[in-house]
Amino acid sequence: MLRKKEKQIVSDFEHRKADPAGPSEISEAYDLGEAETFGKLMLRMFRENKLSAVSLLVILLMILCTILAPVLTPYGETDMDLLNRLQPPSGDHWLGTDEGGRDVLTRLLYGSRVSLMVGIVPTLLSMVLGALLGVMAGYFGQWTDTVIMRLADIVLAFPSMLLAMVIMYTLGGGLFNVFLTLTLMNWGSVARIARSETLRLKKSEFVEAARSIGVSKWKIIFRHILPNCLPTLIVLFTLNVPAAILTESSLSFLGLGIQPPGASWGLMVNTGRQFLYNAPWLSFVPSAAIMVAVLSFNFLGDGLRDVLDPRLRKQ
Amino acid sequence: MKEALIQKEVLILDGLCAGFPARRGEVRVLDHVSLSVPKGKITGLVGESGCGKSMTARAVMNLIRHPGRVTGGRILLEGRDLLSMRKKERRMLQGREMAMIFQDPMSSLNPVMKVGKQVDEAVLVHEHVTHAEAKRRTLEMLEAAGVPDPERRYHSYPHQLSGGLRQRIMIAMAMVCRPKLLIADEPTTALDVTVEAQILDLMKEMSAKGTAVLLISHNLGAIARVCDDVSVMYAGKIVEQADICTLFDRPRHPYTRGLLSAVSSLRDGSEVLSVIPGHVPNLARLPAGCSFSPRCSCRGKECMEKTPEMREISPGHRIRCLWEEPGKKPGEKELETEGLAAE
Repeated sequence: MLRKKEKQIVSDFEHRKADPAGPSEISEAYDLGEAETFGKLMLRMFRENKLSAVSLLVILLMILCTILAPVLTPYGETDMDLLNRLQPPSGDHWLGTDEGGRDVLTRLLYGSRVSLMVGIVPTLLSMVLGALLGVMAGYFGQWTDTVIMRLADIVLAFPSMLLAMVIMYTLGGGLFNVFLTLTLMNWGSVARIARSETLRLKKSEFVEAARSIGVSKWKIIFRHILPNCLPTLIVLFTLNVPAAILTESSLSFLGLGIQPPGASWGLMVNTGRQFLYNAPWLSFVPSAAIMVAVLSFNFLGDGLRDVLDPRLRKQ
Repeated sequence: MKEALIQKEVLILDGLCAGFPARRGEVRVLDHVSLSVPKGKITGLVGESGCGKSMTARAVMNLIRHPGRVTGGRILLEGRDLLSMRKKERRMLQGREMAMIFQDPMSSLNPVMKVGKQVDEAVLVHEHVTHAEAKRRTLEMLEAAGVPDPERRYHSYPHQLSGGLRQRIMIAMAMVCRPKLLIADEPTTALDVTVEAQILDLMKEMSAKGTAVLLISHNLGAIARVCDDVSVMYAGKIVEQADICTLFDRPRHPYTRGLLSAVSSLRDGSEVLSVIPGHVPNLARLPAGCSFSPRCSCRGKECMEKTPEMREISPGHRIRCLWEEPGKKPGEKELETEGLAAE
């Protein structure tokens, strides 16, 4: 009786078996063609997300202006002209002059060197540091996890301004120390997010599949886990860049960041504050620059996330 | 004699035990699992969800999740004991000498990596070859795994492929280093029946080329289609072991019988689906005696007291049951006791 049953099972299968020609599996698969080069990827972003494309252009333009600052303006960063203090925008000074008679446009261009660098460099450093430590904590667990995450907790629990002040007071002002401070302030939150992503990914089947074919743990971390964390980290990056720009302005305001007469956007906003009634452009112009930079980074982040994550690709 | 046996048997599990620590002692999920997977054959492992099928596969591949662990027994791959090996040594065997295919091809490929690169990785981990050579091997294997137009598929991302294609990629990934042992953990569960048939044929092809295959499934149809030998598992123990014809023709364990009669068939004509009453027992609170006794239709008094041992009832046919013959319940005769003592 059971022999009969077995035959039935098998013949049920024969019955359902595909005809020899078989349905073509290619038709089932989406056909998205060849691998993308970086150029193609950018083109696709331009097509799919106009706003982020514009943002990218704005950022590139800013960087270009930063590099070309000495060529673009006839004035020097710290050239004073006490006879022309607090002049409104005019043909000679497109964005007016400040309380020392310095050209605001010139200072804006030179200030963007500091602000963009402070936005990007320490954020990148803290991302790399935080992501590495976070992924290690998540993947190895046990004491590695404990040590790294308790360190992160200390950083996160410490009032960040206080930490920054301690570092800046002991080490002094200046660009390099601002980088160091911002990196140390920001890696904790990155590590936390990277760790939680890793905990999720560690249990996923593709990581187990990689382990089952003998891939070593570092390769799993760098080839399987980190790339899958990337979309999240990119979004975090675009949130952290503007935050870093703003933190730098606060530090400069407290006299701990960039020292006058050097220029940074934050410093310009803060010195312009005293002349808000008579010369509002002193604060407005750098504020607008900060806003444009911050927004551009945010929009760029959105666009990048969409194109970098193959799962979100439009089909 | 033993040497010859080891030559033929690629994988031997010898009294494998695994468990999870629990509040009181330990929950034993694998209880003295012994089976062997010979070269060039497909060995099936059947059972309900949660009976320890996947756990067995994971134990072999060293993928048991913390805090579970192997607590006893031996895993022999061509005579080498995997459990006494160093971590790295064992890792180097994985992928090269044994590989595994997972249940869900949707989630077992890295979503942000080209599938070709993922197959390459398997080659590159184990062999010192150039990337170009790895790619050539990958394309060859994709072709062998029945992936149409491999050159183009190489550059696809997993989400661009159908389930069947993804499972073929997984198979290519597992087979690219020509392992001696392939463990397939429900490779067709997530696929539709047409693709299932194709994948099973592919497995059969692989085993015909000399690979030992351990096919884990709860689908008796799939087992009937491709396996040479079958082990039936229940509550962490193997309850019946036989070659495919014997198992389907003369199943002896009441659980196996229950499973077989629960298979629905389009041609049966009957409208009622036969089921095994009751539930799979909680592994932390196994019933005394035979684990299956609470659900068994032919249990006797003795079944609830005595834990049955594996015994051979005819060459190659082993069961873990006290039941001697239909119509005679254990405990009604004293004969079993002696048989057990001899075992």
